[in-house]
Amino acid sequence: MIPRYQAVLFVILLVASAVMAVALWQLRERAHQRLIANQDSSSTNAPEVAQAEPATLMVANDADSSLLTQVQSLPLPEDPNARARVVLGKLLDLYAAPDAAHPVPGGASSIAQVFLMPALSQSQSQESPTTPAPARPSNSSHSTGPELAVVNLAGTFVSTHPSGLETENLTVLSICGTLHANLPRVTQIRFLVDGKPRSTLAGHADLTRTYLYTDAVPAQETRP
Amino acid sequence: MRWNNRVLKCALASLAAAGSLVAAQPAPPAPATRFVVVIDAAHGGDDPGGRLNGTDEKTLTLALSVRLRSLLAARGIQVLTTRESDATIDPNRRAELANHAKAEACLSLHATLSGIGAHLFVSSLTPTQPARIAAWKTAQSAWVTRSLALAGTLNSALLHTGLTVSLTRAALPAVDSMTCPAVAVEIAPETAQARDPGQQTSGALDDPNYQARIAEALAAALLEWRTDALRTEARP
Repeated sequence: MIPRYQAVLFVILLVASAVMAVALWQLRERAHQRLIANQDSSSTNAPEVAQAEPATLMVANDADSSLLTQVQSLPLPEDPNARARVVLGKLLDLYAAPDAAHPVPGGASSIAQVFLMPALSQSQSQESPTTPAPARPSNSSHSTGPELAVVNLAGTFVSTHPSGLETENLTVLSICGTLHANLPRVTQIRFLVDGKPRSTLAGHADLTRTYLYTDAVPAQETRP
Repeated sequence: MRWNNRVLKCALASLAAAGSLVAAQPAPPAPATRFVVVIDAAHGGDDPGGRLNGTDEKTLTLALSVRLRSLLAARGIQVLTTRESDATIDPNRRAELANHAKAEACLSLHATLSGIGAHLFVSSLTPTQPARIAAWKTAQSAWVTRSLALAGTLNSALLHTGLTVSLTRAALPAVDSMTCPAVAVEIAPETAQARDPGQQTSGALDDPNYQARIAEALAAALLEWRTDALRTEARP
């Protein structure tokens, strides 16, 4: 049998603990309500959509091995890197369409990233075509000289691309031509696949070299 | 004196006889002008190329290479092929073979399901003057002008067979290192209908008649190329 004073003390401590637990619970609830009140998740501002601008696409055509200029109105972001990605995404969306003149599956998601950086000198781009660009990626809105665009393609795009000298060449040249048409400072283009250098697109088109925008010239076509 | 005259007459007669003998003999054959054509069947071995309606590109290019080699050999043209079987050949090795052969023409054969007819490709390198030492990756630059001329001859011959032909400049890793007139020839189905798998239509890539027509056209073009080369050499 415990002494009477100890029993009273035990009861008092038990009641105090219960009171403190209730108070703590209420404080927590109040804090939670306060947090929810401050975090207004309802949309008050409409999402900002860039203004639609004319974008020039160099669309390949397998029937006559040509690149045709097509102007489309697209909402283009201010950032040149994002702008380049949007334009190329639209180009590849056209190729992924069921009735495409240059059918290539994949679409816009095939362009993982586009980086713009100061262009290599002519000798650098010719002598060491497999050496990565030494220049740092830069916010090209500040640079004024010629630029090198590094296009990072998705591996799925490359693995599903039709094989052939002409079809691969047309894809590469249409990307080069479209980039230069919309970002005239882009004079050189290099390609990566999943962030790594790759020898060819689908067995033919050389992806180790630096392409010049002048490579994207329309083909001469002759018919019987 | 009389005896002397007789000796002189005999000597002159024998000289004249000898002269007529030389004149009667056919002229010694001129040293045969060396004319070598290199046929490069693209891909092979571990590199199957594209998958074209159930057939690997390497198989089609080899079949066309064998057919073309036979036609050229029958026309007396010396032919060197980069591969005669399903072997893996490095692009640099292909260029080495063509360069060591000092070929007068090199055709790199490809096949595809994209587009129609024949696609001709010449290196996109900027034409330069020949130099004693050339960079390996841009060795073709000194030959681009002649490669374009060869492509023109091939273009005419293929058009003559009724095919749609396109001529394009492109970066071609093996061709860019060749020191000879070089053209990549990519064969596509003759028509869009011939592209569909499983249809035994004429003009499909695996149609023997279509392959024979293309090989005949290429052989005719190379024969004309040789004639032009000999005519140029014969000029004083």
